Amino acid sequence: MTTMHSPALEVAVRPRRRMPKATLLIGLVLLLVLIVAAIFPQYLARYSPTDFDYEAILQGPNAKHIFGTDNFGRDILSRIIYGTRVDMQIAIFTTLFPFIFGTLLGALTGYLGKWSDAVVGRIADLVVVFPFLVLVIAIVAVLGPGLNNMYIAVSAVGWVSYWRLTRGEVLTQKKAEYAQAGRVLGYSPSRILLRHLLPNAVSPAIVYLMTDMSLGILLGASLGYLGLGAQPPTPEWGVMVADGKNFMATAWWISTFPGLALTLAGVTFSLIGDGLADALRPRA
Amino acid sequence: MTVPLSKSTPPLMEIHSLTKTFPVAQSLLSRWRGQPRRAVQALTDVELTVRRGETLGIVGESGCGKSTLARTLVRLYDADRGSVRYGDLDVLSLRGPALRQYNRRVQMIFQDPYSSLNPRMTVEAVLREALSVHHMRPAAEQPARVRELLQLVGLPPEAAGRLPHEFSGGQRQRIGIARALALEPECLIADELVSALDVSVQAQVVNLLLELQERLDLTVLFVAHDLRLVRHISHRVAVMYLGRVVEVSDTEAIFTAPRHPYTQALLAAAPTLDPSRRTAAPAITGELPSPLNVPSGCAFRTRCPHAFERCATERPALLKLEDGPEVACHLYDPVSTAQATG
Repeated sequence: MTTMHSPALEVAVRPRRRMPKATLLIGLVLLLVLIVAAIFPQYLARYSPTDFDYEAILQGPNAKHIFGTDNFGRDILSRIIYGTRVDMQIAIFTTLFPFIFGTLLGALTGYLGKWSDAVVGRIADLVVVFPFLVLVIAIVAVLGPGLNNMYIAVSAVGWVSYWRLTRGEVLTQKKAEYAQAGRVLGYSPSRILLRHLLPNAVSPAIVYLMTDMSLGILLGASLGYLGLGAQPPTPEWGVMVADGKNFMATAWWISTFPGLALTLAGVTFSLIGDGLADALRPRA
Repeated sequence: MTVPLSKSTPPLMEIHSLTKTFPVAQSLLSRWRGQPRRAVQALTDVELTVRRGETLGIVGESGCGKSTLARTLVRLYDADRGSVRYGDLDVLSLRGPALRQYNRRVQMIFQDPYSSLNPRMTVEAVLREALSVHHMRPAAEQPARVRELLQLVGLPPEAAGRLPHEFSGGQRQRIGIARALALEPECLIADELVSALDVSVQAQVVNLLLELQERLDLTVLFVAHDLRLVRHISHRVAVMYLGRVVEVSDTEAIFTAPRHPYTQALLAAAPTLDPSRRTAAPAITGELPSPLNVPSGCAFRTRCPHAFERCATERPALLKLEDGPEVACHLYDPVSTAQATG
């Protein structure tokens, strides 16, 4: 065996990346619309979201007010457009902190195991034995109504799902031989955890993040409806639905159009979540 | 075939009474009742010497502890007791930077080509990470070194930018070998290197390992259950049974004149294409005993056709016979031969 044994190996050419699916594309386009509306409402809306106009009270959809006006004469479409910023904010702040905190904690306790896992596991149990909404409402009731307190309440409860997802995934990944290879190669535990395990364990949490964003908007709407979230006259879709409830029989448009906006945002995040689930799956 | 090795090569790694058990999960109830905690005996008093520059094959049935041995030697597992000396290092007590330094010198290649590579890192990233963590090359020289390593394992330079899923199993094992070689180790521990590969690819990868050993002056521990492969590649072979080393000898001696009854049975059980050597009688009878409940004395006595009284009461130590082989069997101990005949 003196000659170099190296058969001319041809690296099989396979498609480098799958095309993103249509669901992801549609979701991203819708998200772009939402982002533009959130950043530049003043260029899109014809009226102020908060100024009363007593000459245009409770008008149905017409040429001047496409979605009609409410009981103070405010243009529904303009309020929906201005509300985008508030609701996007809710979507982000009700999920981002739980995502970051829950994912990192899940990675850590999944990797370290033993007592750290047991302690955090019992705390998580403590949180999940209460119905989600009841616990959030209880915390907001104690802290006082308002968006900031709502974010705190949701964060205190919402991290559990991310912790569970990531922990389970890290438990699986750390048994894979590449994690053991990292140890034999002399890599530090933090390098193995953050550079090798976490990128392979985080996809389910990211996909869930998208679903959770639509749930977050609905939660913000629910709390707004109950008077615990955004306070009037802030244009927020949930509050707008609530405002219209007394006029359902006579002025259906006050509640219906903000409700449709909520639905659209929910669909947007679901589509992106669906598309990401596919795009993030590691190729075997 | 393997390059002949001089008889007087110095030992590289000396393993003494290495023992590893895995405790079985126990319910709270049985713990409360005070029942003793049961444990799988993965390694029991393993004695083994690895010589510098040799290929030592380690064979045995699945569950005999050969993978545990490999993983304990690179410190993936912590041994219960025993000692491993590597040069003047006491391997089992190494920690922190000293352990990293040891691992740089003693690398491992893993069994499963599909899970041993991070699916999200390109080949280049995999190799450069190993180079940077151990400060093997400054960043500017790393791309050149990556190409060099790829060439060494017979992969084209274009492979660098690709992800593991774009390669076949054999190619992935080459990447695993390149990753280990990035640290310029002295000793490679190959745990079932090719058992997950197609037979046609096995030969390529094994021959690659042989060439690399010769070119880079490596010591190789080749853990496998395929006897033909081990015969092809090894200078010496250690046979394991239920966590114990039962026979160590030169490859030819093992295959032509096996001493331990288990080795004899193992070789007889290997399928052969030669019709004249086919036998109808089963070479080995009975089931492999549970490693939770290893027989007293000699672990093989429950299946051994030559077992006698002493085998049940006393565990045979690894004895060096006059003509070279080391065997752990009372049949070869002058004391018991005297007893049996007298």
